Amino acid sequence: MTTLAKYLFGVVAALVLLALYHIDPALAQDAPEALAEVAEETAKLDTGDTAWMLTSTAIVLMMTIPGLALFYGGLVRKKNILTLVMQCFTITCLITIVWLFAGYSLAFTDGGGLNAYVGGLSKAFLSGVGKDTLSGTIPESVFFTFQLTFAIITPALIVGAFADRMKFSALVVFMVLWSLVVYSPITHWVWGGGFLADAGVLDFAGGTVVHINAGVAGLVCAIFLGKRFGYGTENMAPYNLVYSVIGASLLWVGWFGFNAGSAVAANESAGMAMAVTQVATAAAALGWMFMEWIVHKKPSVLGIISGAVAGLVAITPASGFVDPMGALWIGIAAGVICYFVSTTVKKAIGYDDSLDVFGIHGVGGIVGALLTGVFAVEAIGGTPGLLEGNPGQVLTQLWGIVATVVWAGLATFVILIITNIIIGVRVSQAVEVEGLDINLHGEVVQ
Amino acid sequence: MKLVMAIIKPFKLDEVRQALTELGLQGMTVTEVKGYGRQKGHTEIYRGAEYAVNFLPKIKIEVVVPAKMVDKAVDAIVAAAKTGQIGDGKIFVVPVEQTVRIRTGETNESAL
Repeated sequence: MTTLAKYLFGVVAALVLLALYHIDPALAQDAPEALAEVAEETAKLDTGDTAWMLTSTAIVLMMTIPGLALFYGGLVRKKNILTLVMQCFTITCLITIVWLFAGYSLAFTDGGGLNAYVGGLSKAFLSGVGKDTLSGTIPESVFFTFQLTFAIITPALIVGAFADRMKFSALVVFMVLWSLVVYSPITHWVWGGGFLADAGVLDFAGGTVVHINAGVAGLVCAIFLGKRFGYGTENMAPYNLVYSVIGASLLWVGWFGFNAGSAVAANESAGMAMAVTQVATAAAALGWMFMEWIVHKKPSVLGIISGAVAGLVAITPASGFVDPMGALWIGIAAGVICYFVSTTVKKAIGYDDSLDVFGIHGVGGIVGALLTGVFAVEAIGGTPGLLEGNPGQVLTQLWGIVATVVWAGLATFVILIITNIIIGVRVSQAVEVEGLDINLHGEVVQ
Repeated sequence: MKLVMAIIKPFKLDEVRQALTELGLQGMTVTEVKGYGRQKGHTEIYRGAEYAVNFLPKIKIEVVVPAKMVDKAVDAIVAAAKTGQIGDGKIFVVPVEQTVRIRTGETNESAL
């Protein structure tokens, strides 16, 4: 035992000495160089930032496939699981092409006279973006792909609202139109220099752009398509909650790329975003679980993972602006409020949002966006919130919410009407009863 | 010969199989079944949506035994499958007219 300890100590000491020998001269050389670089030119590729953004991009893609696909797939009945997975996978491929053709350009370029509302087409087909083109300190190719993963997950979130009853052909048409007409413009408003950015709306990683947007679109879809056949009378229990737990866990891990990646740098802001994401998620998961434990007498697996997703959603807009204690309160609020809306309010109003896209993403996004205005800390994100004596920020946040809700709601409704006229949005009752997997895709899970 | 048909809790299957094997009985047929008795199913809740599950999963064991073995077999099953909780199951005993072993053509008790 003592021999082993001595041996280990020797190895560790040797490694430390080796590391010091290599790091010390490097530090001594780097510091003056770095200062000189800042003075000379601001736009220069940073390998650390680029490495983190490459990583973030990969794990945010993982949030949709397989994360969201499994989370949603496990929640529907066995006869529709392949349909849900197929929809997530198809949207991933479809939006990639849409984003290349025009989506990216509409979101992130200058729109000239219309710049307050939408970008232009100067980078359609990524024209003018080469290997060496930079976006800040990272290659624009990486920024394009990173933003693409957000453009993918947002429409993919909506499928939970009309699960079990939408035609696949209608989904393809709807998603292409929705990405171009709803997602790209709203992204431009907030992150591309549009009117919400000018108004000072705080949305670090997509509370309005991604979650309120998808949540409201989901609610409109759920109401437009109508309730599932047998809703309220038939047993619609999830097929396999273990899939959903795997999916929710992949979402949680991927969300570090989503929130900490939204710093678009490997810096202190990314670090704090990661910490607050973890705190808010845990708090919301516990919030939902305890609410369920009190009301229904049993803490459930579906409850704790639903709460976790609600917390991830709510901390998204706040992640670059609040401290860990703010995150704790945002998480608790999201867990409790989303629980209440997804169970009690949904039942009282009577809409059939199959997998609670509105109850979790819409409501969680609104809670997060508002509370960002309450808990923002000037020392962290540069903007003070209500608690630091800036009540106006809450109103600014509210303006961001209202603008997003109105456009997402109206445009989604119009796109649904168009899709319904062209091909019809809902499957026949026979198809719905027998299952979408066998009828739309010719496959079943045994 | 008698057919002993027992509906038991699924997790008790191994204990029942062992108890019957110890009596020297060779073979049994097992089916996964659903049903309800006094236990009457249960309620599942998913995000506030309650579903009454009327049919609970059970295991049905079928074993044909010589008439003189029936009481021992029934006692063994009762002893092994009993938890004392509602939903332990039931045992039915039915007369059997004839048995044939397909491979050899043996009949009745020598075919068991």
